Amino acid sequence: MKLCKVDARGRSCPEPVLMTKKALQNNPEGLEVLVDNLTAKENVTRFAKNSGYQVEVSENGSDYILNIRK
Amino acid sequence: MDGKKGIIFTGAVVGIIAVLLVKFGNPGNMGFCIACFIRDIAGALGLHSAGVVQYVRPEIIGLVLGAFFMSVAGKEFSAKGGSAPFTRFVLGFIVMVGALMFLGCPLRMILRIAGGDLNAIVGLIGFAVGIYIGIIFLNKGFSLKRTYKLPEFEGYLFPGIIVVLFVLLLAVPSILIFSQEGPGAARAPLLMSLVAGLIVGALAQRTRLCTVGGIRDLILFKDWHLISGFIAILATALIGNVLFGQFKLGFTGQPIAHTDGLWNFLGMALAGFGSVLLGGCPLRQLILASEGNIDSVITVMGLTFGAAFAHNFKLASSGNGPTPNGQIAVILGFIVVLAIAYFNIEKSENVELKDGVEIETM
Repeated sequence: MKLCKVDARGRSCPEPVLMTKKALQNNPEGLEVLVDNLTAKENVTRFAKNSGYQVEVSENGSDYILNIRK
Repeated sequence: MDGKKGIIFTGAVVGIIAVLLVKFGNPGNMGFCIACFIRDIAGALGLHSAGVVQYVRPEIIGLVLGAFFMSVAGKEFSAKGGSAPFTRFVLGFIVMVGALMFLGCPLRMILRIAGGDLNAIVGLIGFAVGIYIGIIFLNKGFSLKRTYKLPEFEGYLFPGIIVVLFVLLLAVPSILIFSQEGPGAARAPLLMSLVAGLIVGALAQRTRLCTVGGIRDLILFKDWHLISGFIAILATALIGNVLFGQFKLGFTGQPIAHTDGLWNFLGMALAGFGSVLLGGCPLRQLILASEGNIDSVITVMGLTFGAAFAHNFKLASSGNGPTPNGQIAVILGFIVVLAIAYFNIEKSENVELKDGVEIETM
């Protein structure tokens, strides 16, 4: 199984969400998004939940890994 | 307090405080105006010499320090930068030129609508059109690229300089230039303005309140989150203005406004377009600057520089309407922002995939 990873670290609003949106179109089953600030974490999480996905968040140092699944 | 309730609460507080600031002395429909207040500060520092718009607005000092303390408390303060800084400076400059054509930042635009100023509705339509144009470029892959971590000290400099400005205001106001008449002389009491800024700065930091983001997210993601803050500001300020007798419906005779529809539209369209590319409205830029985002500090410098230029070269409108210089500047502004938008589109989907997305086998 292939896992798509999106690295949205350092990207300013609304790019992390746009990157997630585009990547989800190609990988509708889900993917992993890496962000480095709370705003992006909240925005991507809100977008994914609004789009009918579940989000699991884990922290890796100062980064957040968002695991987005159906 | 997080989530939807938080953003609506913040919007409501901003609306109420804005109405109170006008009640206690701020210019009409100008409880808050990030563009106008930065312009006033530029004047107080002698960067321009328009005698009627010079004052160190304590609201700005409060906004910065409120956001700074909240970001430190929430462990969000982080020094970072490097995402096309000079492009951001230029965009900040142009957003200010657009805002001063209209006579207000997007936040004041909402407050003007809440005061019954119908010219601001024309501005809002322009603002939404500008945001829409920006979104077209976002969807085509516009990006100012990523930021990187910077030394922590770098992040403390901007709030530090604001503290110095505050000390000057309290200790040696005589070295600053204050308007004796006009909007710059219309001020709510210093302490009240400061506290108003502190409250709004802290709340806006926590909830990411952003006027541009509201309309952008609604169009782009059908997400009502940020715009619910926008609507809350409008609703509470409207009610407050009616209660305090500050509501006056119409196009003419509005405080610090002109009735030239075309240029109200174009001014806000330019401000909206530029702000989308920046990732947030002037208020949001100021808040981000306070939590260590050096790119936003540079944007605020661009706004300040733009404000000084706008008054030194007669680009800013007045109650009498726009100036020919201002009209030329707005048109040039559109050309520059379009060029920035076009030349920062990441070449193709494939390049973006390589850059931002990596496929891994598990």
